[in-house]
Amino acid sequence: MAVLKLNINGEQREVDVDPTTPLLWVLRDHLNLVGTKYGCGIGQCGACTVHFNGNPIRSCSIPVSAIADNQIVTIEGLSENGDHPLQLAWKELDVSQCGYCQAGQLMAAAAFLEINPNPTDDDIDTSITNICRCGTHVRIRKAIHLAANNSNVK
Amino acid sequence: MESKISRRFFLKASSIAGGGMLLSFSLLSQDAAAQGVEDTEATINSYIKITGDGKIILMAPNPEIGQGVKTSLPLIIAEELCVDWKKIEVELAPLDSKYGSQRAGGSGAIRSRFAPLRTVGAAAREMLIAAAAQTWNVLTSECTAEDGTVTHKASGKKLTYGELATKAATLAVPENPTLKDPKDFKYIGTRIGDVDADKIATGKPLYGIDTRKEGMLFTMVARPPAYGKTLGSVDDSAALKVDGVKKVIKLENSVAVLATSTWAAKKGRDALVIKWETIDKLENTSEHFAGFKELLDKGTTSYSRNDGDVDAAKQNAAKILDVTYEIPTLSHGQMEPLNFYADVRDGKADLYGPTQVPERVKKDVAQQLNIPEDNITIGVPRQGGGFGRKLMDDSAVEAAIISAKAKSPVQVQWTREDDMQNDFYRPSKMYRYRAALSTDKLLTWHQSGVAIGRGVRGDSYVAGALENYRSDGQGYSSNTPTGWWRAPGANSLAFPAESFMDEVCIELKKDPVAFRLEFFEKAKKEPIGKINYDPDKYISVVKLVSEMANWGTTPPDVYRGFATWYSFGSYAAQVVEIKMIDDKPRVVKVFCAVNCGTVINLSGAENQVQGAIVDGICHAMFPKVTFVDGAVVETNFDKYKFLRMKDAPLDIEVKFVESNDAPTGLGEPALPPVAAAIANAIYAATGKRIRSMPIADHLS
Repeated sequence: MAVLKLNINGEQREVDVDPTTPLLWVLRDHLNLVGTKYGCGIGQCGACTVHFNGNPIRSCSIPVSAIADNQIVTIEGLSENGDHPLQLAWKELDVSQCGYCQAGQLMAAAAFLEINPNPTDDDIDTSITNICRCGTHVRIRKAIHLAANNSNVK
Repeated sequence: MESKISRRFFLKASSIAGGGMLLSFSLLSQDAAAQGVEDTEATINSYIKITGDGKIILMAPNPEIGQGVKTSLPLIIAEELCVDWKKIEVELAPLDSKYGSQRAGGSGAIRSRFAPLRTVGAAAREMLIAAAAQTWNVLTSECTAEDGTVTHKASGKKLTYGELATKAATLAVPENPTLKDPKDFKYIGTRIGDVDADKIATGKPLYGIDTRKEGMLFTMVARPPAYGKTLGSVDDSAALKVDGVKKVIKLENSVAVLATSTWAAKKGRDALVIKWETIDKLENTSEHFAGFKELLDKGTTSYSRNDGDVDAAKQNAAKILDVTYEIPTLSHGQMEPLNFYADVRDGKADLYGPTQVPERVKKDVAQQLNIPEDNITIGVPRQGGGFGRKLMDDSAVEAAIISAKAKSPVQVQWTREDDMQNDFYRPSKMYRYRAALSTDKLLTWHQSGVAIGRGVRGDSYVAGALENYRSDGQGYSSNTPTGWWRAPGANSLAFPAESFMDEVCIELKKDPVAFRLEFFEKAKKEPIGKINYDPDKYISVVKLVSEMANWGTTPPDVYRGFATWYSFGSYAAQVVEIKMIDDKPRVVKVFCAVNCGTVINLSGAENQVQGAIVDGICHAMFPKVTFVDGAVVETNFDKYKFLRMKDAPLDIEVKFVESNDAPTGLGEPALPPVAAAIANAIYAATGKRIRSMPIADHLS
């Protein structure tokens, strides 16, 4: 076990954990930030996507010891009032079905829009690789475009 | 007071503490109701709760697995109750016999609850109106209800439901409340967003996996690594040394590790030294298919349907088609790996977790642990997908057993690998199709199927529309478990049936849409034996989708395939458009027409259809389960391939046939036709007939 200091959603947090624990389980079991979801544990599905200094990472596949003083943002910290353009677009287009993968989808899309604020369908198709078992892909793609347009208007 | 509404269900109103009303109904027999099954104020086992301060809570009685019923079922009540949808709250009902069957399966929730829930809403509305009329000493016919307020038009007086609820609860429940004319529906048929949209988008705890309760131990279970193996000996000394591991419990055929975190439980499980013993055959998928072929070659004369005289009719054939189709085993792969919370202590059990069959969980936990059902409570959270996996209750019962042995609350968490190796799979199957053709007619159709388990059953619409029709099915014995997977039966039968129909069309040089319409006209005018479908509804979707796609005018560089299927009372017809990119098919657009009677929530319904189509594309194209020596080769999503955004269509256009018929199923019916429509499009593009899934296996 080791006491580690983490910067999560802009706050300093301290955890006493096995340092090999994947970030995902530290978030869920030790910090009670359960919005980040477990889906496969091998970085394939993206349900556990969080931001690492703004970059999307699969939190199931990085040990908490590797986080150090880098900034982690989870779905709970994506926006203060649930009003990130993507969150609004997700609601406007009623994207979700079971909803389980959507936190990861939103985090992946949010990081993607930061580097590509005006994406084409092809850009989305090659950059968003998260799995949605319910098949909401068509609405996800539309919601990313909608959020991009709304962001551009600002 | 209790009043008979119909032979099938009863309504009951009562006051609630602090003022307000609670209206419940149950699908009990008249006898059970007469014996006085009581509501209590403390419980929330009712459909409508209106508090004195105006809060309106509607219950969603069936499990939410992504099919949208947490939104659409309360919406039916809200419509008749005349409340402002934006101001109501929705709760998922816990398991209680007052709610009737609380299952999520067979695309049945809306089908079975549409009429009863309308009556619940309408009865409450009439009681609230009556309460207002009494207060003002006017006729009920002079009062109207809208957005949670009753108005007396002549005087302009208004009272909110919150103000009226306590009085309303003392009034007689109307026996035959007047339902709205569908043309006056304010919500039904419109686009309503998911009630949990905010919580989902902000990562609020909603799912079983998010359960965190006092004293709960995170638990993982080592189960046999292959079908045919069982638990021999276990050495847990290293596991118990892992930081955070609290207990190791040996179960009948598995070993549970209980710890203070998921990761500790997993590390503890990894540290177990277990000897698994082989007690049964270790099976291989290749042997399954060899066995299927043997059974099909041998054939059977035990026909499930045998119309006309297939043997005589084929004597006149100009051509005989005789082909074989293969269907792989599939896992459910719901995104939320199985998990269940259980606290079994002092002869009582409290369970909370994802299940499509909470009633079955209660029954089986009672039986396994010898606890009276009355001492068992089951809560059902929103669930990260179902697809039929949670129609089996193994995960819940296992958690209860572990908690009872540990005398501690536990949350049993499955890894993805656990889910893949311990599933109740969509069985693999093989079909042989034979048809005799004259130069311009289909003379005979003979469908033979073999599947792991009980065998295959079911027919396409050809049965009932062709003079000489035959079908038979055989089962293949295996120790690999099978279960229900979205659109059971239909999910695998529609692929060969609708692909073979395309083969027939091509041989006869017939247009696939026009040729199918001939069948439905025939079934309508001169049915052969029993027909299990409504030809008019089939015609409605085939015609609508051909209009939507402007069938006959294919855009450049695009190839089209058509298929149609009927399941769970609903009809779906699809035109799939593909482009060939680097010799690989990409589905770029899908047109789909659906006839499911009345549409409750247009957004949710469209989402279900779009999702089922993507699901259908995914499973036609990519994944399969392979058994080698009883173990699943595809242990996780690196090998069990799901569709990603780059393979998802750019657009899926959905239209519903306008209808005032009672709603029929929608969680499943749009899935079955997809695979055949894709294969038919690939034939149009390449001249190559795909006769096995996954299609990706043909492309590498």
